[in-house]
Amino acid sequence: MNILVPIKRVIDYRVKIRVKPDKSGVETKHVKMSMNPFDEIAVEEAIKLKESGKANSVIVVSIGENKSQDIIRQALAMGADEGILISTENYEDSSVFNPLNIAKMLETVIKDKKIDLAILGKQAIDSDNNQVGQMLAALLNWPQGTFISELDIFDNKIKIVREIDGGLQYLELNLPAIVTTDLRLNQPRYPSMPNIMKAKRKPLEIINVDDFLAKNNIEINRNLEILEVNPPKERISGIKVTDVNDLVNKLHNDKKII
Amino acid sequence: MSILIVVEHDNNNLKSSVFNLISAAKEINENIEDINFFIAGHNINQTIIDKLSFGQVYIINNQNFEHLLPEELDDILVNLIKDKKFSHVLFPSSTFGKNLSPRLAAKLNINQLSDVVEVVSEDTFIRPIYAGNAFATCKLNDEIKLLTIRTTAFEPFYIPNETSKKGIVNLDSSSVKAISRFIKEEINKSERPELAQAKIVVSGGRGLQSKENFKIIEELAEVLNAAIGATRAAVDAGYVPNDYQVGQTGKIVAPELYIAVGISGAIQHLAGIKDSKIIVAINKDPDAPIMQIADYALEADLFDAVPKLCEEIKKLKSN
Repeated sequence: MNILVPIKRVIDYRVKIRVKPDKSGVETKHVKMSMNPFDEIAVEEAIKLKESGKANSVIVVSIGENKSQDIIRQALAMGADEGILISTENYEDSSVFNPLNIAKMLETVIKDKKIDLAILGKQAIDSDNNQVGQMLAALLNWPQGTFISELDIFDNKIKIVREIDGGLQYLELNLPAIVTTDLRLNQPRYPSMPNIMKAKRKPLEIINVDDFLAKNNIEINRNLEILEVNPPKERISGIKVTDVNDLVNKLHNDKKII
Repeated sequence: MSILIVVEHDNNNLKSSVFNLISAAKEINENIEDINFFIAGHNINQTIIDKLSFGQVYIINNQNFEHLLPEELDDILVNLIKDKKFSHVLFPSSTFGKNLSPRLAAKLNINQLSDVVEVVSEDTFIRPIYAGNAFATCKLNDEIKLLTIRTTAFEPFYIPNETSKKGIVNLDSSSVKAISRFIKEEINKSERPELAQAKIVVSGGRGLQSKENFKIIEELAEVLNAAIGATRAAVDAGYVPNDYQVGQTGKIVAPELYIAVGISGAIQHLAGIKDSKIIVAINKDPDAPIMQIADYALEADLFDAVPKLCEEIKKLKSN
């Protein structure tokens, strides 16, 4: 049983982001970057399955600039066996990062590496798309378990619990399958110093994205254009109310909301 | 232009998101005759179908679709969309929509825009990124525009009763893939309105200190007929179940009134509430971040203020 975990390098969740003045996007230079938190949960889950003897190998893959090696090394230090970077260094066409194109690239990796289960974060906290896992499942015609908070493997099936609006849904999926993680699936570990050292010797293959697309005949869909990015409207700062009666008066008489 | 709205329901009741989707559809194309519906399920209550009309209502009603599994629904929808050449397909951006819609996108070899909050034109839409800390204006050049709609961003538009019920189309499918199986669902039964749809939300954070103390949030929600929310910290501490979580990684809410009780206001939480019309914060720490962004900040001990607030609101309601 081979598990693939796709991971993404994003602005750290604690950073207050800044929109570029030319509206072309969000400033990522000189900003702390980290592994997408949902992907960290995915890596942890894969490693737990390996440790419990239910999986043979855990491969992590990232599509991004060469600096994404940092998060691949982090995943290797957590316990993954092998890393792949599809490098977009100096690659100008940002369409490649649209979920459909990412899903097509991951489909190829899954077929190449004979993957039985892919665990993805439910969404990246930069673009917030929440699409790649579902798209990947569709391209492969595999079942999907999105937003999961529990995962168990039996023979050639998995049992999952999904966090849905209003509660939980329990499903059984045939393998091979795709699942995406929600927050409560696990608590990712911190890699120990010896494991960080060991991770430096684990295999990390770097493939240029142009070569990868050409070799696998992947046609990039360029039908989604981001015209501009704007900061949110500022909230007008509010007022202090003196006590409960003052608050009720404001809400009842001024705003007529209660 | 012809629009398809995918309807969410639980076989007995329509989810009110469909009415927000209609209003988004009307901003794409004013002509309501061009708005169509798709509804799948098993033993779908006739009153659900009676509430829908406009152009056509496509129905698939059989036991394979009882639990709306995406593995069973995808091909039917893909075929319908190709066959009828819809220009736009709209899903609610609920866990149902988010689960199914990208699966169709990949099968149709098109993009999907998630969480659309504004329609600029028939091919250009605005959506939040970075948990609403930025907004991207996106243009779709695919022939079919597939969107999930953040329902709180669109006022509901109700279908008039007198609309003729001419266009019911029953679809048929007997093929079953059976690669996924439904076991069970545990839905938290609550008399309270749904968090993502509620006009008023009352949320509690770590300031409540315990599960027992969280009852005062429930009492306030009761008198206001509000939904109950919580911070990630309160959920992780076990005060309330996970589906109460409001914030970047939980539910995004945009009610008329959001009352934050004992919540400090971590950026991940603020990201989930910033589109609320009025934010009230009750906190004993005047320097808490939530107190800076609240429209009305009440510096007080929540254990005094909340019961008193309940009393005052009850007095108002009895007058």
